[in-house]
Amino acid sequence: MKEPALSTESESIDVEVLVNGVQYQRQVEPRLLLSDFIRHELLLAGTHVGCEHGVCGACTIIFDGVPIRSCLTLAVQAHGHTITTVEGLAPDSDRLHPIQEAMRDCHGLQCGYCTPGILMTMKAYLDETPEPSEAEIREALSGNLCRCTGYQHIVDAMLLAAQRLKDQQS
Amino acid sequence: MKPAPFKYVVAKDLEQALDLKARYGEDARFLAGGQSLLPAMNYRLTQPGVLIDINSLNEIAGVHTTLLGSVRIGALTRYRTLERDANVRNLLPLVGEALPNIAHPQIRSRGTIGGNLANADPASELPAIVLTLGGRLTLKSLKGDRSVDAADFFIGPLTTAIEATELLISIELPTASPRAGFCFLELSRRRGDFAMIGVASCVQLDENDQCIDARIGLCNAGDVPIFAGGAASSLVGNKIGMAEIKEAASLVQESIDPGGSIHASREFQRHLATVLTSRALKIANERARLEH
Repeated sequence: MKEPALSTESESIDVEVLVNGVQYQRQVEPRLLLSDFIRHELLLAGTHVGCEHGVCGACTIIFDGVPIRSCLTLAVQAHGHTITTVEGLAPDSDRLHPIQEAMRDCHGLQCGYCTPGILMTMKAYLDETPEPSEAEIREALSGNLCRCTGYQHIVDAMLLAAQRLKDQQS
Repeated sequence: MKPAPFKYVVAKDLEQALDLKARYGEDARFLAGGQSLLPAMNYRLTQPGVLIDINSLNEIAGVHTTLLGSVRIGALTRYRTLERDANVRNLLPLVGEALPNIAHPQIRSRGTIGGNLANADPASELPAIVLTLGGRLTLKSLKGDRSVDAADFFIGPLTTAIEATELLISIELPTASPRAGFCFLELSRRRGDFAMIGVASCVQLDENDQCIDARIGLCNAGDVPIFAGGAASSLVGNKIGMAEIKEAASLVQESIDPGGSIHASREFQRHLATVLTSRALKIANERARLEH
């Protein structure tokens, strides 16, 4: 894989990235944010953009297995890396992921703007922490703002999702 | 909320990174975790001409114990790695206790200890902790390495002893002594926000529970991270009880100069500094007494 060399300011750089199992190649300006790259170049508009300075969590994606803010990463930094966005969560077009199911069952969303970021944050978290307490879930959610729900139903959904994922395993 | 144009280069090794920095000087910034630099660029508070991406420099990442009773942390080590590292948890309990207070999990996935210290935000936790522990920072340029004490490293708000041609490559912190207790406490309006005040404390006791060493550091209590030496030394030679704690907590006032904000007035920050110092010292002392 070719490494990007020193660019000029407006020169486009090759980015090769694996997103939701699909290999993409694009040429982008160095200043393009990864969040905008995902939305405007890859046309995966499920990743939402809220504050663009790392506070709201709406743009959270999973980057090499860990949750990150895609608005605080440059698209060129994703070269050679693996990303999962909310589009990569459901196993197929007819079935939701258990975390998504639980959000629906518990009314964990109203306007839905923050939801993709919350789903990706909690996907990474529950993979690492299969039996979280309510307090741990609230801590894990601390980097995602939701102005509709008051969080209670999201917390309920995550407890339910953790239980269902555990049942699925056994 | 988009960064201004810049040139971008991925440094393939440390020498290339330093060579590029020597060439572009102040106009170039190293890009590590980017969790402070990119928001500042998104806001256009800073517009570097060149970004030197150092994320592939594995030689300056990782946690290593040394034979001299210290832990050396590569500057590119991410908070997430530190949080999950047994040596950090066991040998650097003060760092371990502070880490969950730093921003949010997603930020801790990317942010690095070196980036945090080089950014030198006086409200941030790790600068105060590295200062409290008496850490040493290694800076590298094409001319070679030099080592700087934490006490000489933080020279102003967002200003450090790092020269335009240098890169912070590692941080060395002394490991916990026997019969030492540590505590980090902070108060913020919301989880993950910058603290209105944060206090780091260390207390070391002899076999009779008499204090033989004490350290107190504060974040967001001035233009730079604060080491409250006078307050800490008032504890040495004494058994630490309520009276000694009260005295030390009031002496902290002499070392701090909080700036105040819309979230907390100077007076409130001063009050918090006393309250949190008392609590942190009490907990550190209790923890030290439980150590053998």
